[in-house]
Amino acid sequence: MNNYSYIIKRLLYVIPVILGVCLIIFILFNLVGGDPTQAMLGKHATLEQMRELRVELGLDKPLLSQYFDIVRSAFTFDFGRSWSTKQQISQMIKQGAVPSLTMTVPAFMISTVLAILISLVVAFFRGKFIDKAVVFICVSLMSISSLAYILFGQYFFAYKLGLFEISGYEEGFPLFIPYVILPILIWVVLSVGRDIRFYRTVLLDEVYQDYVRTGRAKGLSENTIMLKHVLKNALVPIITYVIIQIPFLILGALLLESFFGIPGLGGMTLNAINSSDFPVIKAVTILSSVAYILFSVLTDVLYTVADPRVRLK
Amino acid sequence: MTEAVLSKKNYDKSTEVKSTSLWGHAWKQLTSDKMTVISMIIVFSYFLTALLSFSGIIASGWANEVGASYAAPSWAHWFGLDIFGRSVVDKTIKGAEVAMSVGLVTAILSMLIGTTMGAIAGYFGGKVDEVIVWFYTTFSSIPYIMLLVAIAFILGKGMLAVYLSLGLTSWVSLCRLIRGEVIRHKDREYVHAATAIGGGHKRKLIRHILPNVFHLVIIDFSLQFQTAIKSEVILSYLGLGVQGRPSWGTMIDDAKLELARGVWWQLAAATFAMLIVVLAFNILGDSLRDALDPKLKGK
Repeated sequence: MNNYSYIIKRLLYVIPVILGVCLIIFILFNLVGGDPTQAMLGKHATLEQMRELRVELGLDKPLLSQYFDIVRSAFTFDFGRSWSTKQQISQMIKQGAVPSLTMTVPAFMISTVLAILISLVVAFFRGKFIDKAVVFICVSLMSISSLAYILFGQYFFAYKLGLFEISGYEEGFPLFIPYVILPILIWVVLSVGRDIRFYRTVLLDEVYQDYVRTGRAKGLSENTIMLKHVLKNALVPIITYVIIQIPFLILGALLLESFFGIPGLGGMTLNAINSSDFPVIKAVTILSSVAYILFSVLTDVLYTVADPRVRLK
Repeated sequence: MTEAVLSKKNYDKSTEVKSTSLWGHAWKQLTSDKMTVISMIIVFSYFLTALLSFSGIIASGWANEVGASYAAPSWAHWFGLDIFGRSVVDKTIKGAEVAMSVGLVTAILSMLIGTTMGAIAGYFGGKVDEVIVWFYTTFSSIPYIMLLVAIAFILGKGMLAVYLSLGLTSWVSLCRLIRGEVIRHKDREYVHAATAIGGGHKRKLIRHILPNVFHLVIIDFSLQFQTAIKSEVILSYLGLGVQGRPSWGTMIDDAKLELARGVWWQLAAATFAMLIVVLAFNILGDSLRDALDPKLKGK
């Protein structure tokens, strides 16, 4: 099979996966989830009110057409209205995406660059004290609850020392900056440990290859070997790892956004969870799954194009 | 004759090289590393604490009021008291019970589902494989946190919901690994040999192939254990976690109201207790990987 037919086959595989995601969401929310009308209307709801609400929410339709509603929303991005705010969900997502991105994109860029730089240094000194120390620090950073970082960061740096805004957000380019600095820093601390460990493993896989020995034998300096040869070869898994995280940037950060009052998608999702707002939870789940599926296809295709060694059956 | 046998015995003894199995070798390597031994001791003592707390020998009086609300740490109460004047140390111990049980049940669930599905997919191939691969591709396409929330949401609150939602969302990585390994193993000579002497599918898969891929299960087990402990905190914060009894998650969640009053001990105790055991599991997982993965031998 050549590359093109592999790519086409891979693209077509997106469809059954999206249908599967919709099936899981349908099973969870429409089949097992039970009747939400009771919870929405409260204790004193009459049967009449409950029936009206069920019609309004489309829960009186046959199950198969409820499933197709979900599938349709995965392709048209028309998710209906929120149960609690009555707003159009696609509108809410559009509004929330920008504040989320103002925090997640810089945070992601900083932590990625930082992690790659540190892991290059660590791979250079592999097996030495500095390598072991960095790995130990990374594992320790990963062992602390993300909630603890947020609570401590907000309390100590924003409340106690007053270095940053405690919470809040303002629209517009320079205005939002003071509000996102601390969340960005916390994000970096949260993700840098895991990232360094990943990049270090990738780099170490390359460091023991024959071409490195050849490079050394013909008299290249260690710096040239690291930066020009090892990094270049490790770039494929690194780029894959970076791309596959992009969909989650749009989704925002659930906990960070709610703690720092950033009106993004993460905070919106959290509100929906707290108020049992099924359509919003469904919409966010579908949207992020579809984004993830598309980006993972993209990485697979890039892999076949970028790395001639990859010849998939 | 007797003499010959005896001399053969003696001969064997003098030149016998004691061969070590993968597990024997791994155990030797694990116990020779100081950090790994410390991690094992830590994990063991957490299990012991959880068991003692479960059987009511220690921390059974966690719900009692033993002093003033929000009393600061003192010699009598190392980590102070909470809003109801309950001992934070006792609550942390009770939390260890929750954390260890959540970790254990989740890891066992994910091990059972992942190994079974992965082994079946890899061994039988064809349509069965396609369906299982489609299923886990689909499953892993839904962001972990959303799936976790959705399942916990639907199952309602309480321990069972925490166990199930964590267990049902954490099997994919192991399933993938086991499938790949079983595919590599199923056409090896020892499996053909088992076919030749009349071994059925079940026997070949369980008696012959699985022991050869089991190291992956052990490594994944320690990973899932600590991931579950961390996820319990998130679920508790979302109000989907353990109810009516202390857990590290609810303690950290409480801290969001306490910190502004300068009450840091509940956050500190839960975070510290969690850090130690998760760190120990992380180190143990890495050492297990180094000791058991033949690809890494000698690196």
